[in-house]
Amino acid sequence: MTGRERHAALSAGIFLAPALLPIAVFFFLPVLAALLLSFTDFDIYALGDLNRLRFVGFANYLQLLQSPLFWTALGNTFYFVLVGGPLSVAISLGAALLVNSRLTRFPSLFRTAFFLPVVTTLVAVAVVWRYLYHPRYGLLNYGLSWLGIEPIDWLGDPDWAMPAIILMAVWKNFGFNMIIFIAGLQNIPPQLYEAARIDGASAWRQFRHITLPLLGPTFLFVALMTMIGYFQMFAEPYVMTQGGPANRTLSVVLLMYEEGFRWWNMGYASAAAFVLFVLILAGTVLQLKLRGGERS
Amino acid sequence: MGAAGSDFKVLAQTAAIAITLPRMSSPIRLLLAALLALGLSGCGSPADRTVVVEFWAMGQEGEQVKALLPEFERRHPGLRVRVQQIPWSAAHEKLLTAYAGDTMPDLFQLGNTWIPEFVALRAVEPLDSRLRAWPADALTDYFPGILATNRLDGQTYALPWYVDTRLFFYRTDLLAAAGFAEPPTTWEGWLQAMTRLKALAGSERHAILLPINEWQLPVILALQRGATLLRDRGQYGHFQDPRFREAFQFYLGLFEQGLAPPVGNTQMANLYREFANGAFAIYVSGPWNIGEFGRRLPAAVQPHWNTAPLPNFADFSSVGRGANTPALRATPPWQEGEQDGHEVGASLAGGASLALGRTSPRREAAWRLLEFLAEPKQQARFYQLTGDLPARQSAWTDPALADNRYAQAFRRQLQHVRATPAIPEWERIANKLAYHAERAIRRQVSVDEALAALDRDVDHILEKRRWLLSRGLPP
Repeated sequence: MTGRERHAALSAGIFLAPALLPIAVFFFLPVLAALLLSFTDFDIYALGDLNRLRFVGFANYLQLLQSPLFWTALGNTFYFVLVGGPLSVAISLGAALLVNSRLTRFPSLFRTAFFLPVVTTLVAVAVVWRYLYHPRYGLLNYGLSWLGIEPIDWLGDPDWAMPAIILMAVWKNFGFNMIIFIAGLQNIPPQLYEAARIDGASAWRQFRHITLPLLGPTFLFVALMTMIGYFQMFAEPYVMTQGGPANRTLSVVLLMYEEGFRWWNMGYASAAAFVLFVLILAGTVLQLKLRGGERS
Repeated sequence: MGAAGSDFKVLAQTAAIAITLPRMSSPIRLLLAALLALGLSGCGSPADRTVVVEFWAMGQEGEQVKALLPEFERRHPGLRVRVQQIPWSAAHEKLLTAYAGDTMPDLFQLGNTWIPEFVALRAVEPLDSRLRAWPADALTDYFPGILATNRLDGQTYALPWYVDTRLFFYRTDLLAAAGFAEPPTTWEGWLQAMTRLKALAGSERHAILLPINEWQLPVILALQRGATLLRDRGQYGHFQDPRFREAFQFYLGLFEQGLAPPVGNTQMANLYREFANGAFAIYVSGPWNIGEFGRRLPAAVQPHWNTAPLPNFADFSSVGRGANTPALRATPPWQEGEQDGHEVGASLAGGASLALGRTSPRREAAWRLLEFLAEPKQQARFYQLTGDLPARQSAWTDPALADNRYAQAFRRQLQHVRATPAIPEWERIANKLAYHAERAIRRQVSVDEALAALDRDVDHILEKRRWLLSRGLPP
């Protein structure tokens, strides 16, 4: 390295330090600490006296993989990601197309209205939805009774609780992805649609051959962010059902929270966090691979 | 230092700061310096004389206790109290985090089931040496079962602040319509009442509400039956024990016979409205609901509810899953008119206590505050402010409490309370119990499977405790 390069590296370092230092101290260091923690049985006893801490190797991970509760939580999380994720993306795209359509009047009004749930506090939303879902007085069951459908115990029935949570989560979150899709749609040059119309392409073929391919990068971004967000499902079941009924809405993050902050099993909770991290990483790589393959 | 002295101090500081401040136009410099100096002396001189006690209290207690403090500060001119109010939902985490971060308060409120945990952490100061200065009858004034939860291995680690236990809240009108002018005094009697209530209520309504995510009722029944819950110094679960099993089966039977709906308490959008319109007639709950029922039930329902102590399950004869009609005694006791002949059964020794932070340098001042809050007069005032039932029996002679008709059942019940196992793992164990009970209620598993799985889970939770005991380390 020449003196000049060293000088450049030094000044780069100085300029980057204000950003890198906090990230190192407040992100990488805790993550490293959590990784170390996941190989110990750190609990309430160890908190009082470090002599009571044991290094347990991979025991937390093994115990996690043998715990039926973890598999329940993992199954629920996948249910939420695989059903809620695509549904959320599809509804956001649909809403974006509608709002962006030339036929829609007052597009900014709808854009704001659809975005409102995103910026509303989840706890307030949950209170309202709990009333909507009420088996006897709820608006939803009232509407269903008009169609002659028997009342459903949305949050109390083990089979309906997860669909109910997904419905609320999708309603709460689709506005954010919608805004990103609208931005993506507005970036598509209008000439392409004009050319397609002159060639006599139907609306469907325009959507299939112009909109979808050109939305590719937006799609990838939205799908990734939604997947990562949905894997970390926590607040919805935390405020609506606390993981019940019969643990049918218990997610991995909720399990991690309960183990870590309620029961203070920090070692075990850290192991759960790293398993989730590996899953999200795998999901992300998989998506990138699939999209990458599509493009080439 | 006198008033003139502290004025001089401010002046000297102003000058010193004015010199050291960077170059600014001099009037601004002087002004800034004077402000800074006042600020410095504000932190400095009064703190020399006054001790500020940091006191953490939860929820509405944290709000209401402030009304008692002017009297305390008047009596102790050198002491000031800073109350930090913490929501109940975050209290446990916050105390543990404070312990981990070495920022524990001087005096704090804690649920009495948390005491073993904070003792294991060595976070609380034993009070015995200080209690020796108390008059002999002061400690016996506490409800004995509640005071016992504050003691571990012969040491007293906290003092009860207010008490909590569970018993029946019921609709007097609905019970009367079912043929019970007076509340039953045996479990057979209550079971009979519930069966009749259910028959009158139809399919939409139920006799009793027992949220299935709560563990309290099966534990109460089991303790009444003489079950120990754990065995070998709290090293293993003991839930397949016949005494626990009988209690558990009786509890499941209430759901099986349709007397209780299989719902959790997050599903109850408005419990008070449901109670008012008769969706259930009986509810097992604690003293906070005296106030809530009084505030939230409509006026038309107000004359038609009351409280009753729990009967004793020790001598209950017939239990069994799938038994459609409970086998009753030849002559049910309520027909013999022996309303008061039956003893009250034990309920849980709950409540909140006050403890001193072990590492606090202001323990002496904090102890003064604890003593003040423990005075019967302050206990009675605190009841008037919050509705929390006093831990000292002499405070119950206060007219506000003696005239409260709903509190009388609690007073009787509080003579019969028992503690859950005093180990830090108890709340986790109780949570597992609720989990397996819910699975059994939903018939996902049989009774045998549920109890075997519960013992397995509990043995696993207690593994660390066994390791500590085997190593001779104090848990």
